Amino acid sequence: MKSIEELERIRKETLEKINLRKDRSGIRIAVGMATCGIAAGARPVMMAILDELSKRNVTDVIVTETGCIGMCKLEPIVDVYVPGQEKVTYVKVDEKKARQIVVEHVINGHPIREWTIENYE
Amino acid sequence: MLYRSHVMVCGGTGCTSSDSDKVAERFTEEIKKAGLDKEVLVVRTGCFGLCELGPVVVVYPEGVFYSRVKPDYVPEIVEEHLLKGRPVKKYLYGESVTEREIKPLEETPFFRKQKRIALRNCGIINPEDIREAIAFDGYKALAKVLTQMTPKEVIDEVKKSGLRGRGGGGFPTGVKWEFAYNQKETPKYVVCNADEGDPGAFMDRSILEGDPHSVLEAMAIAGYAIGANHGYIYVRAEYPLAVKRLKIAIEQAREYGLLGKDIFGTGFDFDIEIRLGAGAFVCGEETALLNSVMGRRGEPRPRPPFPAVKGVWDKPTIINNVETFANIPPIILNGAEWFSSIGTEKSKGTKVFALTGKVNNTGLIEVPMGTTLREIIYEIGGGIPNGKKFKAAQTGGPSGGCIPAEHLDTPIDYDSLINVGSMMGSGGLVVMDEDTCMVNVAKFFLEFTVDESCGKCAPCRIGTRRMLEVLDKITSGKGEEGDIERLEELAKTIKATALCGLGQTAPNPVLSTIRYFRDEYEAHIKEKRCPAGVCQALLRFYIAPDKCKGCGICAKNCPVNAISGKTKEPYVIDQDKCIKCGTCIEKCPFGAIYKK
Repeated sequence: MKSIEELERIRKETLEKINLRKDRSGIRIAVGMATCGIAAGARPVMMAILDELSKRNVTDVIVTETGCIGMCKLEPIVDVYVPGQEKVTYVKVDEKKARQIVVEHVINGHPIREWTIENYE
Repeated sequence: MLYRSHVMVCGGTGCTSSDSDKVAERFTEEIKKAGLDKEVLVVRTGCFGLCELGPVVVVYPEGVFYSRVKPDYVPEIVEEHLLKGRPVKKYLYGESVTEREIKPLEETPFFRKQKRIALRNCGIINPEDIREAIAFDGYKALAKVLTQMTPKEVIDEVKKSGLRGRGGGGFPTGVKWEFAYNQKETPKYVVCNADEGDPGAFMDRSILEGDPHSVLEAMAIAGYAIGANHGYIYVRAEYPLAVKRLKIAIEQAREYGLLGKDIFGTGFDFDIEIRLGAGAFVCGEETALLNSVMGRRGEPRPRPPFPAVKGVWDKPTIINNVETFANIPPIILNGAEWFSSIGTEKSKGTKVFALTGKVNNTGLIEVPMGTTLREIIYEIGGGIPNGKKFKAAQTGGPSGGCIPAEHLDTPIDYDSLINVGSMMGSGGLVVMDEDTCMVNVAKFFLEFTVDESCGKCAPCRIGTRRMLEVLDKITSGKGEEGDIERLEELAKTIKATALCGLGQTAPNPVLSTIRYFRDEYEAHIKEKRCPAGVCQALLRFYIAPDKCKGCGICAKNCPVNAISGKTKEPYVIDQDKCIKCGTCIEKCPFGAIYKK
């Protein structure tokens, strides 16, 4: 190790990967992963979310699976919890939408209202 | 790629011995089968602390805690929890599950009262991956001292923090470093004492297994502070896992240039060698340890000269314990004031204890100094199993003493423990319940020191043996008036004249049990009775006539034909023939046989 900058670089790089073991206070994204969700394609959605987060070096967001909330026909369903705000529930999410949710809502802080459950018809 | 979930499988010695290897393998297998291997990571960690419930598995980001996991549980956990997001309640640690919610590990009673400084990374990182250690600030303190602090400033910071040696003596660490710093002679050496030998103690092992880099980093910091470029870790060969992880850690640190030449481009060189000990208790004593490091016979020598003046190869040396070292990086990073704000007036920071014996949550804990025994045993430890009554807690191992129930509310620190006749020691804490015979406990610890005495000085070699003979006499029902006084006199002489710490403290378990449980000694000697019902020679077995159905099973199983009687009438035991083996108690279907 020839410099402190190098140590700092390794620290940041690795922390991104393992920070969820210590700091668990940030935004939480829950993907519906019951049988219905998986059948509707929740897994590629989850992978897209993880990929987008890691591409953009976001480390303090927790991605987790959740069970069926009873609206199986609206799956894949993705919930975004921002501390101090109402939960936002997105329905019929696909990979493309998932990536946009990460960018617009999680990173920039603007929920995409037209995809949420309230606006589904 | 970012993993959304981490499955942490404990790889400490405790859980490894209950087959956590197989559990981890099964997780890897099942996760792959479910196609989750790109999103869920399986990590082997160091000890979590709740060894009683091993093998333990923690799943992040939820932080939920599975206990006593069998390989067969794994498919269900993978399917339900990792795939569908529903933690499998029936396999979770009971304390963490309430009707409404599942609490993360840190909020269970076992963890809530703890404060983890030395154990900060144990159970959270993969100890075989230096990058994970670096992620949680590993080697950051080393970078800070090398680039921003002078050696003198480092020593002052450690002095100001109030850190005292965690190996047992409680000597102020900063003062020790200053002695070595002031020596003109070179080269100097840094030695890490990992020769943990107290029965029931496993604090140092767990740190080495769970976070070896914290020790390597601290040794390099110590080297910079006193002007040493070489370190030795003296660790016992009975700790194969700790040795293996240390070796991996040292190799990785060299590879990353965190040990070796010109660290961080500052011109500072430091490297570390491992020395394996053969498991002699006396080698934990610093002068004996130094001899052993140099390949000589592990015998102590009189001090002065202290190791800070004449240590390894007769050069100035500092010797610190594993846990002491593990406290150094956080002190450098967070400052002396932060550290000294934790604990009591004269004992700063936290202490790691290996909690064992008659307590529900056997395991490894770290609490602020000043926590009471009651909090440790009843809140963190979950109380005494089977509703039994607390009798005493033994601290300090064979050099320590027993603390009775009347002192349960004593805040634990170096000085208060000495006041109640025990000592901090390295942190073994053995809980005893009402079924423990205190004379027998004293005998157990004395047997240990008699075995481990190196034999160099007469008080320890002969004196402890004479004490053991008196205790043997008492527990076998041949005690006489004056035996207690004889023990006390021997103890006083040994304490005053033995050469090293081992001998000087060997009589402590006897003295403290006499101090608090003199009545038990007297019952053994005068009434030939063991109140706890432990000392075989003093027991008598009886058959309760009202419970005996006269089935004759006891008589058939008695190996010496001491039981006789008529069918369907109460049987009796012939006390002259009875050898007190206890077979009849085990065999009686009606619980009619008791001992007194």
